[in-house]
Amino acid sequence: MAERIDSNQPAVRLQMRGICKRFGATVALDDVGIEVAAGEVLALVGENGAGKSTLMKVLSGAVKPDAGQMWLDGVSYLPANPLEARRAGVAMIYQELSLTPHLSVQENIMLGMEPSLLGVVRWKQVRQRAIEAIKEFDNPELTPEARVRKLSVGSQQLVEIARALAIGCRVLVLDEPTSSLTQQDVDRLFEIIGRLKRQGKAIVYISHFIEEVKRVADRVTVLRDGKVAGSSDVANITTHQIIALMVGREVEELYPRSVRQEGEVVLEIENLAGVEKPRSASLQLRRGEVLGIAGLVGAGRTELLRSVFGLDPVRQGQIRLGVYTGPASPVRRWMQGAGFLSEDRKGEGLAVSLSVADNVTLSKLKGFGPLGIVLPSRQDRATQRWIEQLGIRCRGPRQSVLSLSGGNQQKVALARLLEHDVDVLLLDEPTRGIDVAAKAMIYRLIDSLATGSSAEGRPPKAVLMVSSYLPELLGVCDRVAVMCRGRLGPTRHIEEVDEHKLMLEAVGQDTNI
Amino acid sequence: MNSELRTLNFELRYSYWRWSSALGPLLALLVLFVVLALFAPASFRSPRNIELIARQTGIVGMAALGMTLVIISGGIDLSVGSVVALSTVVIAWLLEYGRVGPLMAALGGIGAAAAFGLTSGLLITRLRVVPFIVTLGMMLIARGAAKGIGHEQKINVEPIRLEWLDKLLASLPKEQRWMLLPFGVWLLIILAAVMAAMLRYTRLGRHTFAIGSNEQTARLCGVAVERVKVMVYTIGGAFAGLGGLLQFSRLTVGDPTVAQGLELDVIAAVVIGGGSLAGGEGSILGTIVGALIMTVIASWCTHIHLPNWVQEIITGVIIVVAVALDRLRHRRTV
Repeated sequence: MAERIDSNQPAVRLQMRGICKRFGATVALDDVGIEVAAGEVLALVGENGAGKSTLMKVLSGAVKPDAGQMWLDGVSYLPANPLEARRAGVAMIYQELSLTPHLSVQENIMLGMEPSLLGVVRWKQVRQRAIEAIKEFDNPELTPEARVRKLSVGSQQLVEIARALAIGCRVLVLDEPTSSLTQQDVDRLFEIIGRLKRQGKAIVYISHFIEEVKRVADRVTVLRDGKVAGSSDVANITTHQIIALMVGREVEELYPRSVRQEGEVVLEIENLAGVEKPRSASLQLRRGEVLGIAGLVGAGRTELLRSVFGLDPVRQGQIRLGVYTGPASPVRRWMQGAGFLSEDRKGEGLAVSLSVADNVTLSKLKGFGPLGIVLPSRQDRATQRWIEQLGIRCRGPRQSVLSLSGGNQQKVALARLLEHDVDVLLLDEPTRGIDVAAKAMIYRLIDSLATGSSAEGRPPKAVLMVSSYLPELLGVCDRVAVMCRGRLGPTRHIEEVDEHKLMLEAVGQDTNI
Repeated sequence: MNSELRTLNFELRYSYWRWSSALGPLLALLVLFVVLALFAPASFRSPRNIELIARQTGIVGMAALGMTLVIISGGIDLSVGSVVALSTVVIAWLLEYGRVGPLMAALGGIGAAAAFGLTSGLLITRLRVVPFIVTLGMMLIARGAAKGIGHEQKINVEPIRLEWLDKLLASLPKEQRWMLLPFGVWLLIILAAVMAAMLRYTRLGRHTFAIGSNEQTARLCGVAVERVKVMVYTIGGAFAGLGGLLQFSRLTVGDPTVAQGLELDVIAAVVIGGGSLAGGEGSILGTIVGALIMTVIASWCTHIHLPNWVQEIITGVIIVVAVALDRLRHRRTV
């Protein structure tokens, strides 16, 4: 930092000021401003939904801000679309790589800007420019002719960075670049970031992992609920202070909690490992409790639920559900009394072109008539009950799910589990993307399921719930465990933890520091 | 107040669209027929011609019943034409060389076709190859098998062995006029009703829609996706076999080269009737209407003496227009 002062004021390469963006009723960004100098790495941190990705979408031209201004090297900058942003020298590297796996490294690097003569690609130049872009990395796997799908994830990421360099980028944005890398790849990436910095690139580094931020960044800006919660030089701020800025919000009184009676163990997982994630997970879920799984997006929480439910393969470990041992298909799991709520409501959770009744009864379709016959009137009657009980706003059981709001769609997805009357509910992000009223309703529902007050004379249910929203987990759950990089930590009683501790564990920090 | 009005408005529109999607195709067919009748000689709207139209729709309509199921599940079956040919050959072979009665021969032909459908289904689900490719292969395999059985020739059947087999789609003789339509057409109507009920009222039917609408959801909900798909293709094959039975009835020989390109007519019938190649949508009534629309137009062209090539162009236009209209209707409802 000393040199910077010596060379007078460093050139501010990118400046964003007063950026505001609303999506309907939700304020995604409220007067947000950041600055990055040439040759500087700015870390952008914040919880899921804090507004990081929206801010970067504004920067890349994918989203138009409602208000605010941007400058690039002192020149006003307002890209109409991502292509314009790229042309201006702002390159993004997203968590999910956007490469064409069947093409070669050089084609990927030069895609969309191949030097050509009358439409004929000039391969010599393609190769030359690709070599120029990759020689920095000094990686034997990276040859211009290599097929991208045969490369490791780390090398694929380098291809993306090479692509950014080939267009002569001035600002490079890395969104969660390490989430799927091995430690070795991470080290290599940091080395390259260091080199790019020395070349005078301005780098925005988005990450959940505080230790990485401290290692690689010069400055850090924390976003919370669409606002800048704080900004500092990395040298002058502790990990604890960063986390305090990330979670500094009051827990709302949304969460009812009745007296719950813990019963027998209904789901037991021991050292469960899937193909990639989870790596190792053990837990015991009892009747009459809500067990939460915290962690960051991509930590392997979804995969844990999916492998329990038979949607993802199990490589090793034990699963015991009630009296049944071993992995089983979703068909069996439903029969054994477990139900799964997908985080991907539209892609997987619901068949959106079908009706409410079809979606609610799809997992069952028995008992609606004799001999495999499904009588629509009985389907409708069963569905009507849930429409009333959960307050699903629709014109009737035969309306297609597509036209319902997110909250009502989620209620339909939940109604399927209730109609099936499962004992073990596996809920993946049950309140993602829905309004507060629907959230409150779902919290009440989860509480009533766990206390057994949802159905007279029936034993209470067991709920295993994944959520990225810590206040929600603290409000709803009896116990909670944290998943970090594929490993599930120990289960703790809710009184023993707070947001701070959970976040520390989620970002892979030792809790005793 | 405002919102109530909006709800009412919505309600009315909703019920309107619901009815229009159920009866829309039928209405379209009626309108088309009336309009065409204005520009054609009286013979076009005679009962005799209407009966002829019904008879001519038999083969495509029958195969299209199975195709509707396949397309709703999000698949496609290109082997239908070849399987029709194969089943005519199998029926003829069984009659002539197998020395069995007409009923057994018919069942044999349908069974062989169902076996081909079963094979398609197994290949699609086990090898995880897309239906387009698998059934493209099966199209050639079935055609080759048909030619092999017939030694590259038609198999002729002694007329005495046919008994009732040649009367399924034939014009009714005077003393059977009370039946209104030949047995083959009645069979089509009955099976269409059965299939429509199957799609609406059975687990298999609802599962088929669910798979076509969103296969992942179906899997998550514990639908045995693979098994349902195998069933769907087997049923599709069986209906192609029934189409073959009607085809045989018209030809009275086993012809391995018949029904070339029939699969395209069958697919056209399903999409004109509102089936979506992306899956999850389609109806039996729509399919039947789709098949009828094509025959009606062909009949009209014959009556006003349009050459064959004009007729083909008109059919092509109808297919594109019908599907475009359907898309437009969808965009408004969503």
